[in-house]
Formats: sequence, C-alpha cells, structure tokens
Amino acid sequence: MTGARRTPAPAGIRMLVVVAVALVALAVLPFLLPTYQVSVATQILIFAVLAMSIDVLAGYAGRTSLCHGAIFGASTYVVLYGSTVAGLPVLTSMVLGVLAATVLSTLFGVLAVRTSGVYFLLLTLALGLIVWGICLRWTAVTGGENGLRGQLQVGALAQPRALYLAVLAGSAVLSFGMWRFVQSPFGLTLRGIKDSESRMRSLGYNVPLHLVIAFTVSGFFAGTAGAMYAIFNNFVSPSTVQLSQSVAGLLMAIVGGIGTLFGSVVGAFLIIALEQAVSLYTERWLMVLGAMFVLIMIFAPEGVVGRARALIARNAERRVDNDGSQAVS
Amino acid sequence: MSLFQLLNGLTFAALLFVVASGFTLIFGLLRIVNLAHGSLYLLGGYVGYSVAARTGSFAFAAVAAMAAIAFCGLVLDQGLLRFVRGFELRQVLLTLGVAFMLNDLALVIWGGDTFTVPIPSFLQGAIVQFGVFYPKFRLFVLLVGVLVFIGLWLLLNRTRLGALIRAGVDDAEMVEASGINIRRVFLLTFMLGSALSGLGGLLGGAFLTLYPSADSEILVFSLAVVIIGGRGSLEGAAIGSLFIGLFNTFGQVWFPELAYFVIFGPMALLLAFRPLGLFGRAA
Repeated sequence: MTGARRTPAPAGIRMLVVVAVALVALAVLPFLLPTYQVSVATQILIFAVLAMSIDVLAGYAGRTSLCHGAIFGASTYVVLYGSTVAGLPVLTSMVLGVLAATVLSTLFGVLAVRTSGVYFLLLTLALGLIVWGICLRWTAVTGGENGLRGQLQVGALAQPRALYLAVLAGSAVLSFGMWRFVQSPFGLTLRGIKDSESRMRSLGYNVPLHLVIAFTVSGFFAGTAGAMYAIFNNFVSPSTVQLSQSVAGLLMAIVGGIGTLFGSVVGAFLIIALEQAVSLYTERWLMVLGAMFVLIMIFAPEGVVGRARALIARNAERRVDNDGSQAVS
Repeated sequence: MSLFQLLNGLTFAALLFVVASGFTLIFGLLRIVNLAHGSLYLLGGYVGYSVAARTGSFAFAAVAAMAAIAFCGLVLDQGLLRFVRGFELRQVLLTLGVAFMLNDLALVIWGGDTFTVPIPSFLQGAIVQFGVFYPKFRLFVLLVGVLVFIGLWLLLNRTRLGALIRAGVDDAEMVEASGINIRRVFLLTFMLGSALSGLGGLLGGAFLTLYPSADSEILVFSLAVVIIGGRGSLEGAAIGSLFIGLFNTFGQVWFPELAYFVIFGPMALLLAFRPLGLFGRAA
C-alpha cells in the first residue's frame, strides 16, 4: 500500500489531523454520556458501517442495492446461531458470520451485476426478501418469528462503554478499509464503470468481474457490521433482515450524500437520532421513515449534507451577483 | 402431483396475475416501478373487507376496493411522482417511502389482526369433480384471472386507448405532437394498474387472508413474476404467474420450509441467461 506516499503531503496531513481529532472526540464521548446514550452511539457506529458499505456500491459503482440489510442480518443470524445453538466461541461465530455474508453477497453479486439501474434495485430487493422469507419460515434453524436470543457480551464487553470502544475501534478500522478500497486503482475502475460501462468495456476491463468483486467487498463490510450488531443486540429476528433495514441503511447513505463515504456517518447519526426523538412521542416510526424518504427524494436527492452545501454555495453566488448587476433567479 | 395441488397452483397463479399485471403495466408502459404496489394490494384488501363486512355485498366491495385504490394511484401519481418524473431511481425510492407510510397507516386503521374477506354465499362450499373436493371461490379467482388477462389483452391490442398506450411507450413525444394528451393516457394506465392491485387485494383477502406483512409477500411474488416475464409484457406476466404459482405450491408440498428456494432458484437461473426476462426488451 503506497497511499501515504501518493497523496500530497499538506492535504494528507490535514486529513490525518481531522481523523485523529474525530477519533479522540468519539473515544472520549462515552465518558460524557449516560449509559443509554452510549448504547445509541454504539448503534450509530454499527449502522454507519452498514450505510458506508451500501455507499461503496451505490456511490462508486453506481449500483443501488436493496439487499444489504439482509446481508447484514444474515451475518447476525449466523453469529447468534453459532454461539448459542452450536456453542462456538463468540469470535469464531463472528468470523463465520462475516464469511457467510461474504459468500451470500458473492452469490447475489453474480446474479445481480448483469443488470443496472432500476432492474438492479428490483433484483436486489427480491433477493433480500428471499433471505427474509427464509429466516421467517425456516423455524427449525432461525427460530421463526421468535428469533434467536443469546448472551454474547462476554468479559469486558458486558460494559456498555467498553462495548462502545470496541465497536468504535472496529468501525474505525473498517471505515479505513472502505476508504482505502474506494481510493485504490480498483475503486477508480469502479468509478469509471459508474460513469460509462461501455467505455470501460471497450478499454478492456472485465466489467462484470469488477462488479462482482465490488459487491462481495461491500457485502463483506455489511457482514462485519452485522456481526458487531449481534454482539450489541444479543438478539436477532426476521425484523433484522427485513426490507426496512436495507431501506434505513440506504436512507442513511443518501442523507449523508451518495459517493461521499464518510457522509454516511452523518446520515446514520441523523437517522438514528431522529428515530430516538420520534419514538419519544409516537410509535409511528415507519411512517416517519417513509415520509423522510419521500421528502428527500423530492427535495434533496443529493442528500442533506450535499443539499446544505449547494444552498450555501448558491447563497454565496447570489451575494456576488447582487454586488454587480441584478441576477436572474 | 395431484389434481388438488395443481388447482391450488393455478388459482394462486391467477391471483398473482391479477396483481402482477397491474405492476407490469405500470412498469413497462410508464417506466415507473411502483414498490407501493404490495401496499396498495393490502390496502385494497382492507377496504374491500370493511365494505364487505358492512354491506354484505362482495360485488360492492370489489367496486369499492378498485375505486379506492385507483384514487390512491391518482394521488400518488399527481401528488408525488410528478415531482420526480424522468428520474428512475428517485421514482422507485419514492414509491418505497410511500409503501412504508401506507403500511403504517393500514396498521393504525385496521390493527395487526388477521382478516378474511367474507365470501358471497353462492361461492361458498366446494365442487366435487373427478373425486376432488374443491372450493368454489378458488375456481372463481381462476376465472377472474383469465378474464383479466383477456380484458387487458383486448384493451391493449384492440382499442384506441391501447393503441395510444403502445404508441406512447415507443415515442411519447411524437404522440404528444399529434395532439394527444399523453400524460392523461399514462395517468389512466397508472390508475388501472392500481385498481388491479386493489382487486387482487380483495381476492387475496378472501383466500389468503390479510395481515400486516402480506404486502411484502405479494410484492416479492409480483417482482419475481415481472422479473421472469420481462417488464411490460402481458404474456410474460401470465407465464411468470403460472411458473411462480405452480412452483410455490409444489415447493410448499415437497420442501415446506424451503419453498422460497424452489421458486427463486429457477428464477435466478433464468436470469443468468436472460437478464431482461422471457419477454423483456431493452429500453
């Protein structure tokens, strides 16, 4: 890896400082918050990884997926099954969970990459719903509606603050991995495919293979998020793999801005904070989630972060215009 | 393979066709993937249930369900989708948001209980034929499915509206240039497609029952039908429905817990060879 050498030094150093400050702030955070808020923050970190994994595919390969919630949840199922039913050590189950998610996403990738746009969306939606249907019906293994319950927070992890720090370390490493992935030559090729598939094909790139690999990598990261969620939640049921999970993840990525990767962290924070705030007043979270989706699609498809940036830019422009002649609005 | 199960598969296929034909009509002709279609199905079923329970008339319930859901389609198209015209992904995600809202709304109004739409008395009971007892109502659903297919085929291929729809699909601008309000044609199609899902909800509500996650189940089957048949193809929807209906029924008999694999394995295999489905054409 020659990333450090290739980036221009000043920008690299500035970024390093920003990342270091953010990490320190996040690491100090749990000691300032009550226990409940610490667990909400843990949840935000886990879902930020899921949203980023969706953004890797949507923002860099131009494929919007609706099955990442299912891949995430499949990993959660395997971890809980492994450690409670099969009696494996927690760490082994986590590895198996991530492995299962990776294999599943390779399979889904092979099926889905030949399509693009709306067809890709539909196909991944159908694939995700199959996972949900299996988790619901295959009661002998998945526990059906009742799901699987376990006690995975072994040792120090039983402490909410320790769990938070462990998840923070995990998500920091994973985020760095995803950032490296999209910045790599392979990531550049993906962006080329996003912009023009036919051009990349005529340049001699094996487009389907690249997409399958991208899907697999993205599924791997969704799976790691799912494995962490198993430890965090100690419980899994069909609602973990249902469509609203994929939708929530996608919404986080969209709110943060597709193609910004770290925007997903902001998106995850905003959505989960909103969910917490809404649930204080009403049980109608799904209604709010749906309404958010509709409003964002109409008013801010580039995401709240991107939208705010565009508004600021436009205001600045208008101010410049007003200084000179009258601008046409 | 007994006759009883064959009939089960066929009647389920007929129900799927009623729902999926509306879906494929909207998808193929208007290029709108309406992920709220499953929710409209469920809502149609609930409306039909409420009307049938109050008035006792199944026919009236059918009219009410179709009218109510056609109106939902009108509101969805004119109130929301008009703001995102031409952006395929934004349209899909918007309808997904609408689906969540409609489901939650249905949960508020009708609660989480399971409902069965009351069946009219002349369709109650069973027919005995070839040594098989078979419920009359399921055969009625089969008949409705066949009638809907014939009706839609005639509409698309033998009427002026159908000709306009087909022309609009190929080149909406040219149709508009010849003085026709193409938006109105598309709106009518959208409402018709929605009404079909409402009708499907009523029929499904009578023999599959209605419950809060029924919308996802019917949506995934409809998606599979359209993915297999190819978008916008009536014949594709019919063949896709038969395929899914029969495989689902036999899958449930042979491998009850893995019925989903039995349906979607072949679907995946088909996609590997024909990504646009059996009758799909590139846009």
